[in-house]
Amino acid sequence: MAKVPVQFTLNGSEKAEFVEGGTTLLHALRDKIGDTSPKGGCHQGTCGACSVIIDGELKLSCLTLAETCGGTDIRTTSGLAEAGVLHPLQRAFLDAFATQCGFCTPGMIMAAKVLLDHTPNPSRDEVVEALSGNICRCTGYEPIIQAVLTAARANSQNAA
Amino acid sequence: MAIRRGRGVAAINYPTGMNLGGDPTQALVHSTPTGNFMVTLSSVDLGQGLKQIMAQICAETIGVPTDRVIIDTADTDTGPHCMGTFASRGTHRAGNAVIQAAKEARQVMLEVAAEELEVNASDLETDGEGNILVKGAPQKSISIFDVALSAHFKRGRSISGRGMFLIPRSYPEKETGAMKPSTCYAHACTVAEVEVDDETGEVTVLTVKNIFEIGRALNPRMVEQQLVGGSWMGISHALYETTEPYYPNRDHGGTDFNQYLMPGPGDLAETEIIVLERPSADGPYGAKGPGEMCANPQIPAVANAVFDAVGVRIDTLPITPERILRALKAQSAN
Repeated sequence: MAKVPVQFTLNGSEKAEFVEGGTTLLHALRDKIGDTSPKGGCHQGTCGACSVIIDGELKLSCLTLAETCGGTDIRTTSGLAEAGVLHPLQRAFLDAFATQCGFCTPGMIMAAKVLLDHTPNPSRDEVVEALSGNICRCTGYEPIIQAVLTAARANSQNAA
Repeated sequence: MAIRRGRGVAAINYPTGMNLGGDPTQALVHSTPTGNFMVTLSSVDLGQGLKQIMAQICAETIGVPTDRVIIDTADTDTGPHCMGTFASRGTHRAGNAVIQAAKEARQVMLEVAAEELEVNASDLETDGEGNILVKGAPQKSISIFDVALSAHFKRGRSISGRGMFLIPRSYPEKETGAMKPSTCYAHACTVAEVEVDDETGEVTVLTVKNIFEIGRALNPRMVEQQLVGGSWMGISHALYETTEPYYPNRDHGGTDFNQYLMPGPGDLAETEIIVLERPSADGPYGAKGPGEMCANPQIPAVANAVFDAVGVRIDTLPITPERILRALKAQSAN
C-alpha cells in the first residue's frame, strides 16, 4: 500500500512521517515517532487510555487516522512538563497518589487538561463528567478526581 | 412498587498466599561498585506497587535510603524463582526472601567496612543515610559508597546475599483432613447500604464502610489506594462484572468494554476505609497481603443488603436487576 506523507506539530516540535493508509494516530505516535505516553488499551475507543489533544480538543488517538492529522497541533502527556518542571496536573496526580498501575494515567491527565483549559474552576460533577470516558481498572477514581480538583485550585491561586 | 433501603454486613478472613504444593519465592541482592543495591526477583509488579515495597524492605534491612535500591523484576527465565504474583502473596513471600538476602549482603558490607575501619564488624551500625558508623563513636565512619568501591577493587569481596522464603507443603492429616493451607491471614469487614428499586431491580450502593486488618502497612498511602480501589472493585464484582452472564451458556458474553460492565468515576459510593495494623508473626516487618483480599467482603455485604432491602437471597453473581426481579416474582408466587 502506498504510504502517505503527514506533517504535524507534536508538543511544539515539527514531525513528518510516511504512514500507510489506515494507520491510527496512536500507532504513528508510539511506533513511528516514539512517543509512548498515549497507551493502547482497547483499540476501539472505549477506554480512553490513548487520549491526546488535537487542536485543543480531546481525541481518541486509536480511532483517529494519522493521515487526517496533517497541519494539526497535537499534545500528549509526555510534552506537559516544561524545562523539567511538572505540569500542575502531573504534580497533583503524584501528590494525591492518583496512579496505581498507571496505565490510564496519561489519558486521564489529557482529559483533565482539556477540562481545565475550558473550565478553570470545575465542580466535582464537571470533573466526573470530563473523566467519564476513561476507565481506571484499579478503580482509583476518587484520588484522580481529587487530583484534578487540586490542580484546578493550584492554577487559580497562581492566576490570582 | 417502591425504592427500598437495606443494609448488609460481611466479614472475611483471607489467606496470604496459597499452599497447594509448597509456596516459595527467592531473591538475590548485590551491590553495584558505587554502593547501590540491586534486588533481582522473578516476582512481577503488575501495578500493585511491588517494586516500591521491595525497595523499602531491602533499604530498611541493609540500612540505606530507598532510592539507593534498584529492583529488577525483568525476567522470569533468568531470575531467582518465584511462584508468582497472585493470592495477595507478593509482599509477604518476596518481602521475606528480600530480607534474608539483604541481611546476608549487609553482613558482607559490614565485614568490608570493618576491615577498612580496623574494627570488629559487630561494633558497626548503619545510619540509614548511606554511612556505616562505629557504635558509640560516630566520628569514626565510612560511606557505603567507599565500602562498595573497596569491596570491588581492593578487597575482592562480593557484597551480595541470597534469600529464600518457603511455606512448606502441608498435607492433610489422615484422620481429620485438617491441614494448614496458609500461615498468615488478613481480615476485613464491610457494611454496605443499598437502595433497591423493586420495580426495575436496580441496585444503588449508597455507602460502603470497610475495616481492613492487614498486618503492618509498609507504605500507608499505597495501602490506602489499594483498599479504596479494591473496595469499589468488590462492589463491581457484586453488581456488574462477569464474563459469562448466562454461565454455563456461553452466549451473550461480554466481548469488549462496551459490553463488560465496570464502574466509572460517576458510579462511586461514599466509601470509608479504616486500617487496623496488627503485625503478622511471619510477615516482612509484620506485613500481610492486602491486595486481592480487599475486594472480597463487599460482595456478601451487598448480597446481604439486597436481602435486607427486598427479602430475596441472590446467590449468583453479579446481582443483576434481572436476577432480583426473577427472585421477587418467585417470592410473590409462593
